Amino acid sequence: MSMHKCGLFYTSYRAEDGLFRSKFQKSCLAIFFAVLLACPQFLNSYVVSILNLILIAVIGAVSLNLLTGICGQMSLGHGAFVGMGAYGAAILSNLGLPFFPALLGGGFVAALVGMVFGIPSLRLKGIYLAISTLAAQLILEYVFLHASGLTGGANGLPVNAPHVLGYAFDSDARIFYLILFVTTLCVLAVSNVARTRPGRAFVAIRDYYQSAENVGVNLFAFKLQAFGLSSFLAGIAGGLWAHYTMYITPEQFSMGLSISYLAMIIIGGMGSVLGSIFGAVFITLLPELLNLIISSLGGMAPDLSAVIVPMKEGVFGLMLVLFLIFEPEGLARKWRLTKAYWKLYPFAY
Amino acid sequence: MEYYLQLIINGLVVGSIYSLVALGFVVIFKATKVVNFAQGELVMVGAYVCFAMTVQYQLPFLVSFLLTLAFATVLAIVVERLILRPLIGEPIISVIMVTIGLSSMLKCFVQTIWGTQIRVYPAILPQEPFMVLGLPIAPVYLAAFGLSLLLFAVFSVFFKYSSVGIAMRATAFDQQAAQSMGIGIKSIFALSWCIAAVVSSIGGIILGNINGINVQLGHLGLKVFPAVILGGLDSLLGAALGGLIIGVLENICEGAAKDLFGLGGFKEVASFIVLVIILMVKPYGLFGTKEIERV
Repeated sequence: MSMHKCGLFYTSYRAEDGLFRSKFQKSCLAIFFAVLLACPQFLNSYVVSILNLILIAVIGAVSLNLLTGICGQMSLGHGAFVGMGAYGAAILSNLGLPFFPALLGGGFVAALVGMVFGIPSLRLKGIYLAISTLAAQLILEYVFLHASGLTGGANGLPVNAPHVLGYAFDSDARIFYLILFVTTLCVLAVSNVARTRPGRAFVAIRDYYQSAENVGVNLFAFKLQAFGLSSFLAGIAGGLWAHYTMYITPEQFSMGLSISYLAMIIIGGMGSVLGSIFGAVFITLLPELLNLIISSLGGMAPDLSAVIVPMKEGVFGLMLVLFLIFEPEGLARKWRLTKAYWKLYPFAY
Repeated sequence: MEYYLQLIINGLVVGSIYSLVALGFVVIFKATKVVNFAQGELVMVGAYVCFAMTVQYQLPFLVSFLLTLAFATVLAIVVERLILRPLIGEPIISVIMVTIGLSSMLKCFVQTIWGTQIRVYPAILPQEPFMVLGLPIAPVYLAAFGLSLLLFAVFSVFFKYSSVGIAMRATAFDQQAAQSMGIGIKSIFALSWCIAAVVSSIGGIILGNINGINVQLGHLGLKVFPAVILGGLDSLLGAALGGLIIGVLENICEGAAKDLFGLGGFKEVASFIVLVIILMVKPYGLFGTKEIERV
């Protein structure tokens, strides 16, 4: 019989700071990815399309969590930054640029715009910042709608399916691998940023900006970096989304999108990367779940389909309120508690 | 010139409704430090409830008006008790998000019952326009402007002289001191929500008489932000002036943009561009309290 350590004991700071701390964690992740990679072979294209949307939402939520959860700067304009990236990438790709350069270009456009609207964050805090980012959202929405020479205005902008090295990602199952690849990179990027020097500076700013400044954190530089990085990743999400749906309109990037990203990080858990993933899954699945319930009830009450749109909105609001009141730390905390329970099972003390 | 004069008058009427909604916003913010993103939805609910009573249940307008105010009061108490009170002392983002969740729920409530098409109020005031300065003005516009002014006068007196109003100002100034003087903070919080819901409903009813109502009415809540930021987040006078200025400004910008550049819908963003400029230059607005910080 072999002996096991009853816990994790680190012998270096490096080990304690690592992303994956145990072999068990690594093998779980490997199994998860293996299952995920096999998914498109077994599931129908509808389920795969939901998976794609979830993956794109994960990038959006993780990037907003970097800004709001980790750096403490609230943004009501994240949907517009996603839109900026979508339009940037779409226009570049329509000009004939290959997929990855266009995607990065969209990201940089979004980062630039995000940083411009992040400049007021030096002087503004709390509600003032929230309101100024709200203004950013509405102004950018107006630009999407009225700069019709570039964006196609209300008619929308068609985008080609992405080609990488001559391979066309033109079906749900094919583009799934592309989106999964980019999403994994983005999630890894945010997890890694959180444990570097700028990441610790972000946390310091969130926890108390005055002490952060006292220990030598340059508030303006780091807030601007947080805005830039977060908008860059939002832009990547937008670019992927544009290439996935192959058609973008201004309504996609409305205030509602910004709110749903905020809902994702709140329901998932502020400041937790894993939480943003949970939140993205939850918020994307919620309307699908409602569709399922209502269509299964459809036989009993046929006029239910008329109320399905307001129902989705109402349930979304209700979930948001219930989580804020009863589980403000979100699904990430639930996950921690569940893990702790099973780690000690059957001796729960 | 006449074109712009007409725009200014329209702006003043719309602005007076912005002022009313902004008044509700400021009352809540002053007393409870809650930034209410559901203010526009309170307007919408008020407008729809009054519509339902007058048109669907055939009640006289005055009765349905009063019943709507009663409904708004009850709604506000329920919302404050169930949704806002558990979040006292939570971070700003949680409080903002809970009001956003509330706005989604209210939208769902209205859409489920009344659907999304435009509903029109029956004409209550005569239709023939007055002539003011050679310009035709509909009586309903005049009534809207007058009613807003009246409400502001009433609330100014209420906050200045009535003991409840003074208690509310005391709470806004320093919660702990107010509590130790025997003021029930919780009832003040509930009362501020009631006032906000009531004035918003009145705004909604006026708007319903002017334009008819649909679910887009909730967007009005966003227009409150430029108004209150311009006026100062915690100033009643600021809310009144800010609302009027923003109303006039956005109408003139809309007209000028259409006239000079052929741009449509500029109204929607003009006030937010102003908002960004104010936040950069004078973030506490015209009459807001400056937060002094030493760094």
